Amino acid sequence: MHIPDGFVSTELSVAAFAVSGAVAAVALKKAGKDLGEKQVPLLGVTAAFVFAAQMINFPVLGGTSGHFMGAVLASVMLGPLNAFIVMLLVLSIQCLGFADGGLTALGLNVFNMGVVGGIIGYYMFRGILAVSGKSKNGYAFAVGAASWLSIVLASSVCAFEIALSGTAPLRIVLPSMAGVHALIGVGEAVITVSVVSLVAGVRPDMLHTRIAEAQA
Amino acid sequence: MKKFGFVTIGLLVALAIAIFASPFASSFPDGLEWVAEQTGFLHLSEGYAAWTKSPVPDYEMPGVGNPAAATALAGLIGTLAVFIVGFGLAKLMKSGKSGGSAA
Repeated sequence: MHIPDGFVSTELSVAAFAVSGAVAAVALKKAGKDLGEKQVPLLGVTAAFVFAAQMINFPVLGGTSGHFMGAVLASVMLGPLNAFIVMLLVLSIQCLGFADGGLTALGLNVFNMGVVGGIIGYYMFRGILAVSGKSKNGYAFAVGAASWLSIVLASSVCAFEIALSGTAPLRIVLPSMAGVHALIGVGEAVITVSVVSLVAGVRPDMLHTRIAEAQA
Repeated sequence: MKKFGFVTIGLLVALAIAIFASPFASSFPDGLEWVAEQTGFLHLSEGYAAWTKSPVPDYEMPGVGNPAAATALAGLIGTLAVFIVGFGLAKLMKSGKSGGSAA
């Protein structure tokens, strides 16, 4: 759901730069506190994994594809602000280095995938975890459900941005975006649950959400 | 597992995905492109780019004839670049020396 140049109005693009820039300023100042000593290289690895996995488009429905986003994965591993940093970094390098996502739309893409996907995705995970319980299965369910929701929510916000810009009517673009991404979100959930379960099994001390629980 | 074993393995997995799986990625339009095509606004993004200096446009290393190799090389370079910048940024944030500038 990387927005290219041309889909969203200048006003909205500028507003998104302001919001994403403000969040970036706060995150760069405060995210370090959420990082354990051992998690410093982990942020680099998580960002590298997100970048690599985002290259792999998998087919959904006839003629469409989707790819992993990784925002909830990063937030479960590193906390919400560091997940934002990971998405900011990956999206900036994709945009500037690989012409993936428009430069004028970078603020929007960082908002959709960093703020909505990473930060809101994290609090959706915490909310679901409070209901599903902290057993192994409850934890996996919360990771999977939040991953799926993060894709559907981020793509819906993207639809609103396109509609607000007058590019296409909301009644068409919202159901199609949410519909396609409800399928792509299944892939997101499968990948995120697999990776988080693997890490939880081998190195639970690396997970922000496990660390936060141990301290709680 | 040693202290950096996990990190090294994680990076190797990311590199393996970027190098060996990327040439097999689906070339179908992604969710947003598909919706844009169906709804009739895909043309708005065509023929216009605000940034044209990307060294590796569309994940294909320029000057590499074989398309699979061009994509794999793009994946290798991008993944390493993201890792190095991410690691460095995390170090700066952890030591509290980071200011307010974006990456």
